[in-house]
Amino acid sequence: MVLETIWFFIWGLLWAIFFMTDGFDFGVGTLYPFLGKTEQDKRAMINSIGPFWDGNEVWLITAGGVTFAAFPKVYAVMFSTLYTPLLIILFALILRGVAFEFRGQIDHPVWKKIWDVCIFVGSFTPALLFGVAFANIFRGIPFDGQGLYHGNILKLLNPYGLLGGILFLLLFVLHGANWLALKTKGRVKVEAAKIAGKIWLALVPVAVIFLIASKFATSLYDNYQEMPLLFLVIILSVVALLSVRFFLFVEDYFKAWCASAVTIVSCTFFGIIGLFPVLFPSLLNSEFNLTAFNASSSPLTLKIMLFVVVVFIPIVIGYQIWAYKLFKGVMPEDEMEY
Amino acid sequence: MDPVLLSRLQFAAATMFHFLFVPLTLGLSIIIAYMETQYARTGDKVYLRMTKFWGKLFLINFAVGVVTGITLEFQFGTNWSRYSEFVGDVFGSLLAIEASVAFFLESTFIGIWVFGWNKMSAKAHAGVMWMVAIGGNISAVWILTANGFMQHPVGYTIRNGRAEMTDFFALLFNKFSLLEIVHMFPSALLLGAFFVMGISAYHLLKKQHIDFATRSFKIALVFGLVASLGVGMTGDLHATHVSEVQPAKLAAMEAHWETQSNAPIVLFAIPDEENGKNLVEFGSIPGILSFLGYHDFNAVVKGINDFPEDERPPVWITFAAFRFMVLLGTLFILQMIYGWTRRNKLMESPKFLTMMLYSIPLPYIAIQAGWVLAEVGRQPWIVYGLMKTSDAASPIMGYQVMISLIAFFLVYGLLGGVGFYLMGKHARKGPVSEKA
Repeated sequence: MVLETIWFFIWGLLWAIFFMTDGFDFGVGTLYPFLGKTEQDKRAMINSIGPFWDGNEVWLITAGGVTFAAFPKVYAVMFSTLYTPLLIILFALILRGVAFEFRGQIDHPVWKKIWDVCIFVGSFTPALLFGVAFANIFRGIPFDGQGLYHGNILKLLNPYGLLGGILFLLLFVLHGANWLALKTKGRVKVEAAKIAGKIWLALVPVAVIFLIASKFATSLYDNYQEMPLLFLVIILSVVALLSVRFFLFVEDYFKAWCASAVTIVSCTFFGIIGLFPVLFPSLLNSEFNLTAFNASSSPLTLKIMLFVVVVFIPIVIGYQIWAYKLFKGVMPEDEMEY
Repeated sequence: MDPVLLSRLQFAAATMFHFLFVPLTLGLSIIIAYMETQYARTGDKVYLRMTKFWGKLFLINFAVGVVTGITLEFQFGTNWSRYSEFVGDVFGSLLAIEASVAFFLESTFIGIWVFGWNKMSAKAHAGVMWMVAIGGNISAVWILTANGFMQHPVGYTIRNGRAEMTDFFALLFNKFSLLEIVHMFPSALLLGAFFVMGISAYHLLKKQHIDFATRSFKIALVFGLVASLGVGMTGDLHATHVSEVQPAKLAAMEAHWETQSNAPIVLFAIPDEENGKNLVEFGSIPGILSFLGYHDFNAVVKGINDFPEDERPPVWITFAAFRFMVLLGTLFILQMIYGWTRRNKLMESPKFLTMMLYSIPLPYIAIQAGWVLAEVGRQPWIVYGLMKTSDAASPIMGYQVMISLIAFFLVYGLLGGVGFYLMGKHARKGPVSEKA
């Protein structure tokens, strides 16, 4: 029981860290065509995430790998029922990744334009679709006891799913705008700070509607009603979101970025806590729900993996923080490799 | 549209494509780390130019390799959910360990390496490249350990209707995996060395960047010579072990139909799978197969015809892949030994240089052939003796896989085309000349 519960929250934590880290990369890529007016601006934007995006993306691989290791049945059913959206996300990530590397290799406007489009599509698409996917998971996925998906992919584009998509997109764009305000200079910095303010204005009503809609579309609040103390997580996300605006106002962009990071993590945990102990609920019948207790690996595997995660994830976090510190501040032009 | 067949095609396409880039990442990262270490130790600027030139080619290759690896982490779930459910307890943990122990290291430090030239000392920067190389190679260790479980499952028991881990260390020290690992490392290093030698040969033949290309060539030659011998020796060990634990694969890779002692090896054959014999056979040497498989000329080697029909791997693909791999492996050893005798007369050996230039694709072909042998030869099993491939696929629609398969071909074809084009372009351009 304890082991499965620990693993449930490690699972949630890994997704939260992925959204927090690669989230600002997605935001930067989504803002890229709007803020990157000149070649200089564009390069400043992609180089600002240059040293980090690759390491950030591994949180996704780890979240996927850990799902496989600790909850093999969830891994099997989740990724086969969400076959098409997941593959769209993966193809988008492929295009984004090579675009950074390829774009600067040939100095020709058409060549650059192609990869510019890939950077945008490869960032916008996962930001939106991860939101759609997770909102649908909160709501329940139409699959049966055999792990067979009922209906077509368009079923995922229900109002609550779409609302989740918009919520994630706005969160990531806000996070990316804060990053750019922190890590660029001149016009891009000013524009990014302005856009962050505007996105924030749009995000607040979307977040409020999402919180209310969750009451009707999902059973996430059941756990909160049972244990009212948990409402602190929701309060934390509200406070964090409000403080983003405050720090933008006082032009402390590092703290604004930290606040948007906390917002993303606490929003993810809002859903994870609400789901517990279910990882992947069925919309057809709650008997088919995949939970931390009926879909987990054997105790031995969970113990071995716990050892691996407890030892190595702190080491990873350690050297990733070192990397962020190493590339502190605005990157000088002569160090831009993209 | 059969989702199993389509999923197999998709997985084959995705892994084979991914593995066009992985060996160069593994092998070249070590060679570059060595070059940069030499620069940090001696301060000789030629080593710095080497690091930058080969590093640039490395990064293009790395980008395609990394992004095509992402899909693989998820394809077990998307296309092989029955398999994932059945072996996730064992197999999934190996993939998760790969990501958290190795892939993070590689991906975080590559960013530091690319952008960090002005941020640290030359020694520290070389150290960062070692982290990339170590991360990548440890990654390969875990992936091969996972593959080893599919080839020769150990350390598990069947409980709750699935394979559950009982002995982590048995899994870790699975002889099959260890042999795959020790065979893979020299193979990747060999490919990296051939890559460096081939491109250096191009410039030497054009009589440009002579000092740079000669020194690069000679560094790679040392790696290549050692690696080619390593590939041969570990390959032999590996084949012997296959004969013990995967007798059907052994029979197929030798197109050996009838059980017999003093079993022969045939140099060339056209297998006829319908009638269970070889249409044409050429160069049959008695006793050699018995000897290679069991180190005894009189050992009995089981023939394909004595395996149940639904447990036989496709013969001609397995047979041809094995022949290709061994033929090329032998050629590499000869090339490297000859190259060693010419190492101080490279400029006077245009024929050798031309051969090395055109040999760049050969290790790629040999490695792909090796994987075809390993994976096709394991069929019809997805986990040898434990689960059939036909029982492993997801309950998804054929059309879904058809669409994604087409997308894979389009996107990967484009990426591969662009990636190799860019590498070719930079390779031909050569290193930037030293600034005054």
